[in-house]
Amino acid sequence: MSGPEGSIVQFDNVGLRYGTDREVLSDISFTLFPGSFYFLTGASGAGKTSLLRLLYLAQRPSRGMIRMFGSDVITLPRKGLPAFRRRIGTVFQDFRLVPHLSAFDNVALPLRVSRVPEGEIRKPVADMLDWVGLGNRADARPATLSGGEQQRVAIARAVIARPEILVADEPTGNVDHDMGLKLLRLFEALNRLGTTVVVATHDVHLLKKVPESLIMRLDKGRLSDPTGALRYPPRRPGRVEGVLG
Amino acid sequence: MALAQVIRRNQPRFGGERSGLLQQARLGGPMPWVIAIMVTLTVMAAAAGLALSNLARNASAEISGGVTVQIVEAAPLERNRQAEVALALLSNRDDVAQVRRVPDSELEGLIEPWLGEAAGTGDEAIPIPALIDARLRGAVTEGRLEALRAQLTASVPSAKVDAQAGWLAPVFQAIASLQWLAIGLVLLLAATSAAAVWLAARSALGSNRETIEIVHLLGGTDRQIAQIFQRSIAVDAVVGGIVGLLLGLIALGLLGRQFAALGSGMVAGGGLDIVDWAAIGAIPLAGVVIAMLTARVTVLAALRRML
Repeated sequence: MSGPEGSIVQFDNVGLRYGTDREVLSDISFTLFPGSFYFLTGASGAGKTSLLRLLYLAQRPSRGMIRMFGSDVITLPRKGLPAFRRRIGTVFQDFRLVPHLSAFDNVALPLRVSRVPEGEIRKPVADMLDWVGLGNRADARPATLSGGEQQRVAIARAVIARPEILVADEPTGNVDHDMGLKLLRLFEALNRLGTTVVVATHDVHLLKKVPESLIMRLDKGRLSDPTGALRYPPRRPGRVEGVLG
Repeated sequence: MALAQVIRRNQPRFGGERSGLLQQARLGGPMPWVIAIMVTLTVMAAAAGLALSNLARNASAEISGGVTVQIVEAAPLERNRQAEVALALLSNRDDVAQVRRVPDSELEGLIEPWLGEAAGTGDEAIPIPALIDARLRGAVTEGRLEALRAQLTASVPSAKVDAQAGWLAPVFQAIASLQWLAIGLVLLLAATSAAAVWLAARSALGSNRETIEIVHLLGGTDRQIAQIFQRSIAVDAVVGGIVGLLLGLIALGLLGRQFAALGSGMVAGGGLDIVDWAAIGAIPLAGVVIAMLTARVTVLAALRRML
């Protein structure tokens, strides 16, 4: 089964349950298109992180169909997953930095995983750390960084290899307002370069900052579609103001 | 700085020559010492096995074709007469390569430690059989032995003919058992080393689980993660192997000096040749290979249980 023409991600009637508990996600169907910017909103416990875990291939759904980059990832053999994961940049809610690696080495990790030669790693990683304002903390271990600094390292790591999809779980939750805006500009810039961006947030003020974004709202594990994000092709520019009322 | 300059426009190249991924991850701890002890014990067991093999081969070659003729006759004159007849008969046979009568002085020397200096001389001397040491061409079969017995006993009624290999058969059996014991010890030590690496790898997997999950989510493959552990255990195994080999060689040197001091001809046949030393030198290499393979299999098996 092929997805809508030009789509990069397609979820069709996806459900997710952990063990024998009730479903945390039910009947999730949507399509993401290349170069679009999506916000995923919803109250705490609505299932945002679970949905993102499906998006960055940390989890297989209990039912339904997921296509990414034109392939069915449900039936994809396990050994085929790494190649797909390398095309996805992820900012985890809890950062998930490797504790015994420096900020530099954490940011370099996706490039090393992709076997980029060492000589081609130093400059882009140093530039990226400069850009997120941590050029002088390159040798610092995560434990010595503040929450906001760790978050910026996590974001730098997610975007360093220029992923086709960027998935960010509450990426501005631990940074001040100015840094939050700066990071959002980074996501927008990435988006303009062609990266599909999905940002999960419960900060309604953030949604206003990206006028062209589309919004998917999760409520008790089910999606609603306040801006037409679930329709295709997506309507651009978005309807953020209207949604927020 | 413009973002376009910051972000790499091109897809990263795969298959680069070096991955610095998690280079700090080490199995560490006592692993090099465990491997060192295992290699030391393996070197000693292997050396013992090889020495026994050489000893058996040399001794076997030495007595191959050997036949002992005893003239068991109490009267000295008759004993001498029969011994001379037997010697002449054996000398005339085409299939006898060498023959000699063991001098009485040599026989007295052999029994002296048990019976004293005067046991074989004087009026009250204990009668000692005359001994003839013959070497046949080719192996001594039961058929050839019977034919020789038949010829000798026709003219030398007191002659008793035995193959020398027959006397030493229990010794060779014991040596063969010891060889199997050495082989068994080497295999057990290899299995124990593998088990130690297996435990260490599982423990390291457990303590690095979070990191492994992150690497997986960033697109790391099982093989990449397994290589990290392989590299780590390889470093430990090389260090442990070198230390273990040195300790083993020191132990062998000390044991060699002790055995050399025995001055026994049979023990001298148990020396190690260049091929044996090369085999012993290869033990640490085998240890490194076993350790790396064990780590790889263990890690890959554990990773297969993760998404």
